[in-house]
Amino acid sequence: MDVLALSRLQFAVATYFHFLFVPLTLGLSLLVAIMETAFVRTGDADYRRMARFWGKLFLINFAVGVVTGLTLEFQFGTNWSRYSAYVGDIFGSLLAIEATVAFFLESTFIAVWFFGWKKLSAKAHCGAIWLVAIASNVSAFWILVANAWMQHPTGYVLRNGRAELASFVDVVTQKFAVLEFVHTLGGAYTLAGFFVLGISAWHLARRQETAFFQKSFRIAAGWTLIFAIFEIAQGHMNAEILQTAQPAKLAAMESHWLTGAHVPMHLVAWPDEGEERNVVEGLSVPGALSLLAGYSTDTEVKGLKDFAAGERPPVLPLFLSFRAMVGLAFLFLAVALWAWLARNGIEGQPRLLKLLPWFIPLPYLASELGWTIAELGRQPWIVYGIMKTKDAASPIAAGQVATSLVAFVLVYALLGAVDFYLLGKFARRGPEPLRAE
Amino acid sequence: MIMLETIWFVIWGVAWAVYFMLDGFDLGLGTVYPFLARSELDRRTVVNAMGPFWDGNEVWLVTAGGVTFAAFPRTYAAMFSGLYTPLMLLLFALILRGVAFEFRGKIDSAAWRRVWDGCLVLGSFLPALLLGVAFANIFRGIPLDADGLFHGNLLTLLNPYGLLGGLTFVAIFAVHGLLWLGTRTQGDLRSRATRMARSLWVVELVLAVAFLGMTWFSTTLWRNVLGRPVLLVLPLLAVAGLLGARVYLGRGAWWRAWISSSVLVLGAVLFGVAGLYPNLLPSSLDPAASLTAFNSSSSPLTLKIMLGVVLCFLPVVIAYQAWVYLRFRDTITSASLEDGPAY
Repeated sequence: MDVLALSRLQFAVATYFHFLFVPLTLGLSLLVAIMETAFVRTGDADYRRMARFWGKLFLINFAVGVVTGLTLEFQFGTNWSRYSAYVGDIFGSLLAIEATVAFFLESTFIAVWFFGWKKLSAKAHCGAIWLVAIASNVSAFWILVANAWMQHPTGYVLRNGRAELASFVDVVTQKFAVLEFVHTLGGAYTLAGFFVLGISAWHLARRQETAFFQKSFRIAAGWTLIFAIFEIAQGHMNAEILQTAQPAKLAAMESHWLTGAHVPMHLVAWPDEGEERNVVEGLSVPGALSLLAGYSTDTEVKGLKDFAAGERPPVLPLFLSFRAMVGLAFLFLAVALWAWLARNGIEGQPRLLKLLPWFIPLPYLASELGWTIAELGRQPWIVYGIMKTKDAASPIAAGQVATSLVAFVLVYALLGAVDFYLLGKFARRGPEPLRAE
Repeated sequence: MIMLETIWFVIWGVAWAVYFMLDGFDLGLGTVYPFLARSELDRRTVVNAMGPFWDGNEVWLVTAGGVTFAAFPRTYAAMFSGLYTPLMLLLFALILRGVAFEFRGKIDSAAWRRVWDGCLVLGSFLPALLLGVAFANIFRGIPLDADGLFHGNLLTLLNPYGLLGGLTFVAIFAVHGLLWLGTRTQGDLRSRATRMARSLWVVELVLAVAFLGMTWFSTTLWRNVLGRPVLLVLPLLAVAGLLGARVYLGRGAWWRAWISSSVLVLGAVLFGVAGLYPNLLPSSLDPAASLTAFNSSSSPLTLKIMLGVVLCFLPVVIAYQAWVYLRFRDTITSASLEDGPAY
């Protein structure tokens, strides 16, 4: 393999792995903040135990999330130096803003929260976890603005042999960025919701700490339902904007070859990229793709044949990832609705209690599928329409990248195994017994 | 626009200096602690002495990297791709170190803790050494061609001056860390920290003098600084900090000793940065190929917007980090560890 292929593979490993820890950080920080606020408001010590128990799981997850995020900042320079030199004027400043505005706050106050249980007043301590929650979500905003700029560059001018900033406001407030941000948050909050529901259900099925986990369950049930609904309604907007912003990605997601109006949506298909057609098409809804893309069956949707073969993203993985992600989203909605309806008598619902722990891993899968669509669907571009991925890699020896790739796989496999083992161990152990303090 | 780029050069230097001042003590403490801590109680005390601070300190590294990327993208690209292997080593060291804090106490087994203690030591020593080697080589100039391509490998960097820089960083951070430990501990552990700091201070002195001397012959740092004599205050501050640290250590005035040591780190790093100006990455192949604050900078618009961001937010960051230092600097005892919260 050459430097480009190795660097892409390494970036994929680093990003997929990093994103196993990000969504739980985004969602669980808020849920812990809500629990601790309930403690401050009511004085009910159970809420305080909840903040401690879920907060401990948060920290185990957070540790790996932070260190694997470091990798990404390094990698733009180490492996994608041509990209960094070309777009650093815009992309680099967004990362620097993230560090200054959000990452400092998050990293400083997570320690205040952990070490501050006795040193701070209840209110100040609760304030610390709110700062962590807000900072991690603000951090996500800047990172996603940076990614959205790669997906849909705006507010720039090509000058001095690079992309230079022309309008900061355009970069930060563009619709693509806002949509990407809220879509990522919706997915992250759904994931965190199922995490709390799943672990609570596991304990409730065993009749352990019933009151504690009933309370946790009730908070998470409403939360998860809200974001499961939100994610589907809002997700539609993300597909819709592709019609104008990234038509090749949209066509690949739908395995749609011929430009035209009244385009159907095939729920089942199997593309043959060599033949430039689908060898299997089934369960087609007439006009549905046109309707979804432009609110009218008359809407023209560009087909893959309008793009030269080298300008198309890989069709099969995009088509399958999109089908699987959307299918999972509807499944989450159904299960979240069931959990919400059953929230008050949950201990009497053995089937739901058995089912929910299995829904802990599925939102992780949906998140990774979403990123597969976003990043693979942007290919062959690294910055859509401006710079191709093949022109972006560092001019370095392939051996160096091969070595670091092997090291990443080994170290990350170890970290992942240890971290998920610890999460499982402390999730099963349950909360610390109530003690007088 | 000369002003704007110079301002960013200063911000770049200050970000690195503050990073080394803050993370320096926990990297140093992580390096020496197997030689210092005898019991599990000692080890927990050391780990918790840096507990509330190390993560926030490390963000200064992310910020220093981010400033390089945002303000000097061509330098960021050349530096990170050119120094690929040392930076990957640094990255893996920081990864293992970061999780070691969280993981080491999570399973009650001596073997488990030994594994993560090992990661903590390696993950503290390697960054101190690698950053020292990297900066010494930057001071000296690296083989960079006109396209920003690096012509060399890891061994190119391991020249005598680079290695001396690495060892000097390790020694400075080790003493810096021991002085920090002194502010937060008592009893036998602190007595051992005192003895170790006294001996290591001599090593630090010898290495620092050798490094500053060799800097005269291997780099143009001194000549640049002598060209603007007011900048001589920086090496003088470093010397004063080095001597002050020893004087206050002798009196058992731990906070003053640590602050003196911080002055040493700030003075030394800023001396190096001032000596580099306007270079960020001098080329040893061809001076014209050097990456400077002017030929590698971002557009004026980006520099202006980022200056606004930094001027608004960094003072706030410094304020809340200072608050954390003041609020969480209490003495660690076996009772406070038992009672938690602690790593």
